[in-house]
Amino acid sequence: MGSSIASKETYEKKILDRFSDKLVDSITNLIDKVKPGWSERNKSKIDEWKLMFYAFNRSPPGIIGAILIISFILIGLFGPYVAPYSYREFLYIEYPDTYLVPPGSTVTITNKRGDIVKVFNFPLGTDKYGRDLLSLILYGARVSLIVSLIVILLGVPVGILLGLVAGYFGGKVDEVIMRITDIFLAFPALILAIAFASVLPERIRPIIIQSGILKQVFSVFFAADVRDAANFAPILSVILAIILVWWPPYTRIIRGSVLSAKENLYVEAAKALGVSTWKILFKHILPNIISPVLVLITLDIGSVILMEASLSFLGLGAQDPMVDWGKIVYDGAQYFPDRWWLVIFPGLATFLAVLGWNLIGDTLRDVLDPRTRRSIEFKVKRGKAEEK
Amino acid sequence: MPEPLVRVENLKKYFPIKGIFFTRAHVKAVDGVSFEIYRGETLGLVGESGCGKSTTGRLLIRLLEPTAGHVYFEGKNIFKLKGEELKRFRRKAQIILQDPYSSLNPRMTIFEIINEALEVHNIKVPDKEEFIVDWLRRVGLERHHLYRYPHEFSGGQRQRIAIVRSLIIKPEFVVLDEPTSALDVSVQAQILDMLKEFQRELNLTYLFISHDLGVVKYMSDRIAVMYLGKIVELAPADELFEKPLHPYTQMLLSSIPIPDPEYALKKPKVKVIGEPPSPINPPPGCRFHPRCPRKLDICDKKEPPLIEVERDHYVACWLYAKK
Repeated sequence: MGSSIASKETYEKKILDRFSDKLVDSITNLIDKVKPGWSERNKSKIDEWKLMFYAFNRSPPGIIGAILIISFILIGLFGPYVAPYSYREFLYIEYPDTYLVPPGSTVTITNKRGDIVKVFNFPLGTDKYGRDLLSLILYGARVSLIVSLIVILLGVPVGILLGLVAGYFGGKVDEVIMRITDIFLAFPALILAIAFASVLPERIRPIIIQSGILKQVFSVFFAADVRDAANFAPILSVILAIILVWWPPYTRIIRGSVLSAKENLYVEAAKALGVSTWKILFKHILPNIISPVLVLITLDIGSVILMEASLSFLGLGAQDPMVDWGKIVYDGAQYFPDRWWLVIFPGLATFLAVLGWNLIGDTLRDVLDPRTRRSIEFKVKRGKAEEK
Repeated sequence: MPEPLVRVENLKKYFPIKGIFFTRAHVKAVDGVSFEIYRGETLGLVGESGCGKSTTGRLLIRLLEPTAGHVYFEGKNIFKLKGEELKRFRRKAQIILQDPYSSLNPRMTIFEIINEALEVHNIKVPDKEEFIVDWLRRVGLERHHLYRYPHEFSGGQRQRIAIVRSLIIKPEFVVLDEPTSALDVSVQAQILDMLKEFQRELNLTYLFISHDLGVVKYMSDRIAVMYLGKIVELAPADELFEKPLHPYTQMLLSSIPIPDPEYALKKPKVKVIGEPPSPINPPPGCRFHPRCPRKLDICDKKEPPLIEVERDHYVACWLYAKK
């Protein structure tokens, strides 16, 4: 970056800094309302947060990444509700003219007398069923978001917990956990996930179909119609399959960090005080080794999105009529390159989401690493001092 | 003789060195030490690095499990304690560690660090914050330090915070594991005086571990000298410095630099020769014999016992043992 070379550049607060300050302040105000006096007691922590934001604000790739993932999350959350059409609107059945329409087209339906009955706008074109591609991508974003969130929320804690236990207790516990981890790591993740994802749906489907609550819950999760409940099973099995292959690297990384962190004297001091083992693990060891894992998580969300799309592309994820990005590409592949939009647009969506998470991850690595942050902190502090 | 607070009997700690498939060898860090610590006294423990001082200290408060031997605290074997009893022992026996830069969790504020000690032992006070601030004032810190993080403090300040964490639960016995070796000389004196004052005030019993002979002399009532996992000499502090008996002790004491050159020339010198051998495979007989200037025939064959040569003055050396 050029900014680090230009030493005379003033580090007075930029618009983004003011914005992030406001963000931090409003969060602390919120906590203050729940726990009075909290901000008074955690001044150092709050300053640290603000500095982290300053460091973040000075990284253009980070800002681009942030914009990308914020849009990804917003689209994932609200996309299905603002989509012009439902993924179940097979316009082709009634209006054959909507078959594989290119992007930006308007299809005008006239009756026999020549009167205009209906006008359809398809900004990104349609697929072979006459479904609006833009709507499909909006629905697909929801599936990608949910899958990546569930995988990270369930898979990563399992990996972290096993790594903590293996690293801290050592000995036979360590041997057993790490050998199992090795077995999982020895298989290529995608192949293993394919194996799981092709076996699991048969087991999961009856459970979902029989349970009214699960049907409702997942139909909200995937923004899908309850009538498609049977099709939730393959997506859920893709989630499970990815979780099953996702935890081992975390176990390994955490174990390694625990091995070095547990030699710190504050762990010994806590033991001498009689602090319980679980408290030592979660209060003294985990917070001190979590930052590299946070970076890995953000980078990994992109990989999860990619893997989910890959499995779907192989026909293991969403089944007709449900869609996700991989499924749209899979369906569109047979018309490529003539009907390019069916592949290019969902591919682009996947690309941008993964890129966003990767940029954020790379920037977080710098922001969370005290060594790289230090210089930025210093300059910001100096800028602040000059301001006064 | 009063009943000792801590009684150590033939304590051993071997650390395994793992090979690819099986344990290759053992580091004999502590290899059969016995001594007693009386209520209210300070026992100094000196020796070169790697002689097992710190391991002994950690065994005494059960941060490590021994390979063999016993430690009795108030008459109870600490390695048999469980549950509530162990917790009560943890409250009574504390440690202050060497490196204050690593002994405070960098992610916790000072309040959280000290409060944890109170919470673990369920110590109820009317106003926790006031109570902790009171203690911080006693070590020269202020209220505004309460919610800061360890990295905002100097080494000396951190060590004082660590002292408060250990002493706020009112222990009886404290292991001081080189508490000043990571600090500037000027700060060292402050910390040592502070520790002495707390000892008087709270009637504490100290095990003071150090390689700095001057500091040990200043702090201790009695001093034990360790060499390669064994105690070679144990005597009241003044007597040890005036009349060291074991050749190793003499060697150690003559290695103290003396600021007055004339006095230094007059003083008899025992040259320090060689390096301490590996504790994996200590020499047979007396462990010091390869470096000893006064070696006898028996020294490499049989291990000398620790015997009382004069009143309260124990030494493990064949020069003084009448077989």
